[in-house]
Amino acid sequence: MAYLELHHLEKSFGPTRVVKDFNLSIGEGEFVSLLGPSGCGKTTVLRMVAGFETPTQGSIHFGGQDVTALKPNQRKVGMVFQAYALFPNLTVADNVGFGLKVAGVAKSEADARVAEMLKLIGLPDLGARFPFQLSGGQQQRVALARAIAPKPRVLLLDEPLSALDAKIRVSLRSEIRDIQKALGITTIFVTHDQEEALSMSDRIVVMNGGIAEQTGTPFEIYNRPSTKFVAQFVGTLSLVPAKVTETGNGAVSVEGGEIAGLTLPAGTAKNASVSLALRPESVRRDKRNGDATLNGKVKSVDFLGSVMRTKVEAAGAVIAFDAFNDPSLPPPKQGEQMAIHFAPESVLVLGA
Amino acid sequence: MRKFFAWAIFLGGVAFFILPLVGMTEFSLKMRRGVYSLDAYWKVLGDSQFQQTFVYSITLALATIVMGVLIVVPTAYWVRLKVPAARPLIEFITLLPLVIPAIVIVFGYIRMFNTSSIIPLTGSAFGTDILLTFGYVTLALPYMYRSVDTGLRTIDVRTLTEAAQVLGAGWATILARVILPNVLVAVLSGAFLTFAIVIGEFTMASLLNRPAFGPYMQLLGANRAYEPPALAVIALAITWGCMGLIQLVTRLSKHEMAKA
Repeated sequence: MAYLELHHLEKSFGPTRVVKDFNLSIGEGEFVSLLGPSGCGKTTVLRMVAGFETPTQGSIHFGGQDVTALKPNQRKVGMVFQAYALFPNLTVADNVGFGLKVAGVAKSEADARVAEMLKLIGLPDLGARFPFQLSGGQQQRVALARAIAPKPRVLLLDEPLSALDAKIRVSLRSEIRDIQKALGITTIFVTHDQEEALSMSDRIVVMNGGIAEQTGTPFEIYNRPSTKFVAQFVGTLSLVPAKVTETGNGAVSVEGGEIAGLTLPAGTAKNASVSLALRPESVRRDKRNGDATLNGKVKSVDFLGSVMRTKVEAAGAVIAFDAFNDPSLPPPKQGEQMAIHFAPESVLVLGA
Repeated sequence: MRKFFAWAIFLGGVAFFILPLVGMTEFSLKMRRGVYSLDAYWKVLGDSQFQQTFVYSITLALATIVMGVLIVVPTAYWVRLKVPAARPLIEFITLLPLVIPAIVIVFGYIRMFNTSSIIPLTGSAFGTDILLTFGYVTLALPYMYRSVDTGLRTIDVRTLTEAAQVLGAGWATILARVILPNVLVAVLSGAFLTFAIVIGEFTMASLLNRPAFGPYMQLLGANRAYEPPALAVIALAITWGCMGLIQLVTRLSKHEMAKA
């Protein structure tokens, strides 16, 4: 049963249509990420849900109630901003209690709720501090506590981790997810970071040019992208140009060879140009039964710590693949000839 | 050699500004023949007219500050939040009092609000006080607006407003509990400048015939020898005191931020 519904949302700024016919249903307690590049309209959708932007067309419903015409302070949403947006003149406790005070909650009740929230975010002793006395990660935790203290109907997260350094970002994203799960708050999370979206979400909406390109679970989005944009935007892909030689057994010809057993998109004609999309983890150096093989030359080797990413020039493309770092094996050398292998069923065939 | 000239010019400049003040202060201490004394100061401070005009000007200064804050803070906030494109226009308007002489403004007021007009403010002492307060607000506008606008520049007005809005706050709450406390230092700077301007203002008070401190200084200057420089030193001390308070408030707030 959908709790938050966005029907045919449109938003134009002057002649520019930023969001086009956007539809989304989110179940109660669900965590949905809007993922896309800068300017794709994801933040505009979030701001329309918050009430900061008025849709040019369409409607927004919370639990069956049409909130499209309500002002932001009447919608009962919680929001966490990229820039923290803590009130600099108030202490941590006053920041967390701001929404409760505005709502007229009794002081004793508000104090108890503030203490509960500070405990939830792991900062029970910092209530008396001012925002400038906290680190970025602590400030964003306080911002989260402030957003959820008044028990909002929907929690909106606008790139809350973007301003933090890498290590804190990783730890905070699991903290946010744990808190969201524990409280069961319906949440929309806006990000341009695919790793964040994949690791935190129940579902992801990949946006491009103001439209939702694909909506699905992280597993579906990553493994079965429905468009070339989604395939390229989520994860790393190597695209090999190919021509369909036989539709029945999914055979294609690539520069210097033939590959069969591919799953072609419905309606693909013989001789059609297609792209074979290969994920780095699908390609390997050791051959297994049924694997397709391409021969090429090592272009570069990137040492990433636990993983070694090798780029091989083969079949008219540069194909990247990952292998675990094995200190007993020397890494491949640049310019070395190399055969790479992959299972045909792991290849995504995209229209050219 | 170049250093010598630089110092000579610097000391010459200092002398140009400081010597008249030293001379004035020295003269104000010479009321009693042959010795330095504070007689002129005691005489001025003991004068009932001094006390009345000073209290009157302080009262009007406080009213001006309150009215200025009520007009300028919401305006500067709204312009930054909703119509940032109008900022140059608003800045130009707030600068007008610097290029339009006070005498022109006050003649305009007298013409607009005389006893035969629709709003005959000059018909009563209280009405004229209100008119004078408005005049002072106009005179202080360039300083107050700039102070507040600079203060607003130091905070993320839009995001703080949105953060307060989603937490259920209305405009009055946002202004009173989020915006104003965060630009308080800037507002205080504007307030002290306003205070200094109002305390010494002569033209408007004189032409509207109100018992303010400025006209009193002029009256005293026309009739006495030692008291006027004593009064000028007092007025100067008040102005410098205001400047010092601005510095103090700014430094205290910086100190607080530095703790981070």
